[in-house]
Amino acid sequence: MPLNKIISITGKAVPVPGADMDTDRIIPARFLKCVTFDELAGTMFYDERFNADGSSKGHPIDAPQHVGAAIILGGENFGCGSSREHAPQAIKRSGIKAVVAESFAEIFFGNSSGIGMPCVCATHEHLEKAITITTEQPDTEWTLDLAAMTLSCPAVTLPITMPAEPREALMQGRWDAVVELMNAPEAVAALAAKLPAPALS
Amino acid sequence: MGKTLYRKVWDTHTVGILPDGRTQLFIATHFVHEVTSPQAFAMLRELNLPVLHPERTFATVDHIIPTDNQAEPFADPRAQTMLNALRSNCAAAGIRLFDLPTGQQGIVHSIGPELGITQPGMTIVCGDSHTATHGAVGSIAMGIGTTQVRDVLATQTLAMLPLKVRNVRVEGTLRPGVTAKDVALYIIGKLGADGGLGYAYEFGGSAIENMEMDGRLTLCNLAIEGAARCGYVNPDEKTFAYLKGRPYAPKGAEWEAAVERWKSFASDADAEYDDVVIFDADDIEPTVTWGISPDMSIGINGTIPSPDDTDNPETRKARLTALEYMKMQPGQKLKGMPINVVFIGSCTNGRISDFRAVAPLLKGRKVAKGVKALAVPGSQETANQCEAEGIADIFRAAGFEWRLAGCSMCLAMNPDKLQGDQICASTSNRNFKGRQGSPTGRTLLMSPLMAAAAAVTGTVADPREVFDIR
Repeated sequence: MPLNKIISITGKAVPVPGADMDTDRIIPARFLKCVTFDELAGTMFYDERFNADGSSKGHPIDAPQHVGAAIILGGENFGCGSSREHAPQAIKRSGIKAVVAESFAEIFFGNSSGIGMPCVCATHEHLEKAITITTEQPDTEWTLDLAAMTLSCPAVTLPITMPAEPREALMQGRWDAVVELMNAPEAVAALAAKLPAPALS
Repeated sequence: MGKTLYRKVWDTHTVGILPDGRTQLFIATHFVHEVTSPQAFAMLRELNLPVLHPERTFATVDHIIPTDNQAEPFADPRAQTMLNALRSNCAAAGIRLFDLPTGQQGIVHSIGPELGITQPGMTIVCGDSHTATHGAVGSIAMGIGTTQVRDVLATQTLAMLPLKVRNVRVEGTLRPGVTAKDVALYIIGKLGADGGLGYAYEFGGSAIENMEMDGRLTLCNLAIEGAARCGYVNPDEKTFAYLKGRPYAPKGAEWEAAVERWKSFASDADAEYDDVVIFDADDIEPTVTWGISPDMSIGINGTIPSPDDTDNPETRKARLTALEYMKMQPGQKLKGMPINVVFIGSCTNGRISDFRAVAPLLKGRKVAKGVKALAVPGSQETANQCEAEGIADIFRAAGFEWRLAGCSMCLAMNPDKLQGDQICASTSNRNFKGRQGSPTGRTLLMSPLMAAAAAVTGTVADPREVFDIR
């Protein structure tokens, strides 16, 4: 199955501010009781957005002007904590196509890349700028361009960064690694024969 | 220049370089549990792929398991569905499942080392961030996502980029009443919850070398809370003594050969590190968190920092958010603050040595009135040991609820949850908003000794004073 090449993403943005946005806040553990990811749409940032009685806390995600956003603008260490892939799955299945933040936790970053949702970094100043623009003019259409490594709108063009390898994987349509990993069966078999496996003895 | 353990293990397990530049890394040992694996098995079925090396994957049930009544069907049908899915997936693939009746069930990061499945020099992964725990024996152990669980099941490999290595040294002797948990919280507090981004942490120095294996497991378990995807300690005589005789450890002549091989993975004396930080063991006090990130901690006699006491605007904002959520004030002491719940357990502090350390302190004492105290062993084996040694009875006599093995109130995917804005003195690993099952619940991370002190006083307390530890 050929994968789509992810080169640019266009759409409105929504700010999800704050450092150390952990995966428990992205998706509380009670939503993890499922055997597929199919039901996760709408669960992202649930307790950040809603009170216990279901009333809105007024989070930007639920502001009418940000509905339909494709890009999240986050803070430092975004996605820290648990390895739950439910976190990026919930974000992606809620309609988000990319996350821009100051930095990302390793596991969240890898999980997102592996499902074709780019996580790219921008400096604090540039993120503040983007958040200001999107807050003042929520209809602003942003383009996240992995080829040019920019996040741009008509008013401004901001530099973004991403490690070369996952960027290549996304742009070449190789982001689902299992396809690549099945190409060297002899080399894998050789290591499996050489490296001990734990066994009852 | 010599090589680090990280680099040696990485090189030994490298299959090749993928077209995008990532390394294809062979995975020696894979653990799965019921929360992050069913979707991976479903993906495999969709791709019509078999499990390539079922003998290298080991399964257990831990996150959703009730710790009071494990009679099936569980009261929560979703929990039962997840366990059933794990059972059928493991049976179909020929994967060893340490199910409830085996006597070997438990938290995945407890049973791996206890059964001797976790061995030095291995690459070890699991769909759980606290997989870093297994690095304590001198392995490269990492948490992975579910799509990667699928990759490992299908190919026994992962597409990865190597991490940098930071040598985190703690030199000197830990003071009485200071545990591995305090060391970990101290390090995270100093380096930050994002301080380890891009790094593996190699823990060393005389305080770590003198630390017993269970303490090293606690320390490596918490590496991820400092953003280091893996943490490890070089294998030494303590490591080998710990592993010897365990069910999955090599035996006889194979044991001797294995030890020689394991020794060869230890970092060379002249290994090159990307960064080195050194802490003085004498500076570490019994440590407790006050906020909503594991780096928001203070010594037991310290005060909550002010948002104004920092030049970093992000730190200021984070502190304001934390103070609001925790309903606390800058300058306030935690010591003396009433608590509602005590939780001793989790993959961080649910090992036999944790219960052995606490039991003598609880003997002849009672849990304070109005405090709900839970003791949850990390594994059935630990639970059995605690029964045999009379530890469980001491906890019960003190007024603790002595529970069955599981993750329990660490992340509250089972019925063990905080209510409302209760404050929990917890030996677990995360104080995130809502972590312990109530969207407004408050978690104070601490050592088992401090949790015991909280249980008997009903407040945050210094275990050295409460139990006269000198």
